[in-house]
Amino acid sequence: MSRILKMRYLILRRITQIGLLFLYFSANAYGWKILTGTLSSSTLFQTIPLADPFAILQMLSAGALMGVNVFIGAAIVTLFYGIIGGRAFCSWVCPVNMVTDLANWLRRKLLLDKAERKVWVSRNARYWVLVLSLIVSAITGLAAFELVSPITIFNRGVIFGMGMTGGVLLAIFLFDLFGVKNGWCGHICPLGGFYSLIGRFSLIRVRHNQPNCTLCMKCKEVCPESEVLFMIGKKSTTVNMGECVNCARCIEVCDDDALGFSIRDFATTEAKGDNR
Amino acid sequence: MNTQNPKKDTKPKISERRRFLTIMAQSIGLSALGGLIWTGYVEEAKASPLLLRPPGALKEPDFLRMCIKCGQCAEACPYDTLLMAKPGDGLPMGTPYFIPRDIPCYMCTDIPCVPVCPTGALDQKSVSSNEGGREVLDINKARMGLAIIDHESCIAYWGIQCDACHRACPLLDEAITLEYVRNERTGKHAKLIPVVHADYCTGCGLCEHACVTEKAAIFVLPRDVAMGKPGDFYVKGWSKKDQERIKERNLGKLQTKTKMSEKRAEDYLNMDEGLFDE
Repeated sequence: MSRILKMRYLILRRITQIGLLFLYFSANAYGWKILTGTLSSSTLFQTIPLADPFAILQMLSAGALMGVNVFIGAAIVTLFYGIIGGRAFCSWVCPVNMVTDLANWLRRKLLLDKAERKVWVSRNARYWVLVLSLIVSAITGLAAFELVSPITIFNRGVIFGMGMTGGVLLAIFLFDLFGVKNGWCGHICPLGGFYSLIGRFSLIRVRHNQPNCTLCMKCKEVCPESEVLFMIGKKSTTVNMGECVNCARCIEVCDDDALGFSIRDFATTEAKGDNR
Repeated sequence: MNTQNPKKDTKPKISERRRFLTIMAQSIGLSALGGLIWTGYVEEAKASPLLLRPPGALKEPDFLRMCIKCGQCAEACPYDTLLMAKPGDGLPMGTPYFIPRDIPCYMCTDIPCVPVCPTGALDQKSVSSNEGGREVLDINKARMGLAIIDHESCIAYWGIQCDACHRACPLLDEAITLEYVRNERTGKHAKLIPVVHADYCTGCGLCEHACVTEKAAIFVLPRDVAMGKPGDFYVKGWSKKDQERIKERNLGKLQTKTKMSEKRAEDYLNMDEGLFDE
């Protein structure tokens, strides 16, 4: 029981991730009209439009003049993550997260982190990729990241048939396992970068309670964006950096009740951690 | 992407300003490299012209620009005609298309695939007609492609009686007609050969689906691929409609200027210049 309690958020996250995939799948397979479409753009209960704001941004950059519905959809998604969820998309919705989490888990089990790191990529690379995807979209007249995004490829694969989608996912898995730790989600993926920017000021945050901390550093070990936990053992505050995916793994692994969910602490100024 | 950990202390000292500029230059350089590869890939991916799009799809470059790859058209299709391009298909990733030999478009009169498009990549106007001041969906206006007949492998052209495509055509006797010709080989039989009419053909592919030959002798190609273009030099003088076509032509671009054409034709003819040896 305590083991399950230690994984309560992880289980909830898998339920949302797989549940959403199932709803999308059932819209095509069984004709359920709960959630139709894909993560790029969908319709909830046949009325509420939802759209990926980053996809819309790329399409605007490519010069597309779209209908008003997708803009409403993009606004709904942007407001939800911007005000409430932060970068929660990455850990609670994105299906690729399951692949990279598996790679990360294996990495820890096989002690791959203890070996000397051979490849180094800046965590800021994703922002360069983000800007680049908008530039390439403008040059080619086609949403550039949408054409290669493993997120929507995986998502569509589940709904419409996988084809060679497994190869794409295997590439990411291998990159995260043997290349860079959290390489895809934490360094390259421009959608993650985009939600980091959008979720910069969101309300739901992880809070660190410094007096309880015993400096075991389990949270930093498990965190996919460990730079956001720079305050561990130093001061009590909320994790305010936009890169935090609100996955709550740190809360689960903490044996000392030093971490928990809370509302953003506006009093503390946003301090930068080490970006490496 | 460095190949090793940056070890600042073992390297010769450079100023912070120098370090910053170097890192920026590196990042911009690597981004340019990535951008070149990425742009190349996207341009290659765009260049697959043999694709049939859903009804009402914009012209290919605009369609690729506007399609958000959400698959709501494919989900709305009751016949599972529409597929979403996936890795391994070698087509622009995530965009809807169909293969009529497998499943053709059955031309639903309520066109469920078009109104669900959130971006307008599938243009409802292009598949609507005005009935008494009201826009009504009209699948017959769809132009998904154009059926092409290979005369060499079509057995009706051989003289064997077959009208499978004609009977399968939803616009029978409009999009496909059967033409009566004499069989010169036997001298005493008729051939009933199918002929496609581009003014009516929607490109649904029911003919291709129905064709009895091993590989279909009638098949749908995208209109841009299947059709030629006479251009502004050739106009049907007997057709008012065809003359409309060239009304907006740019005359300045069309005129050929040679030494002879510098003068008006009648001036040129009435002048004796060049007629006599000087």
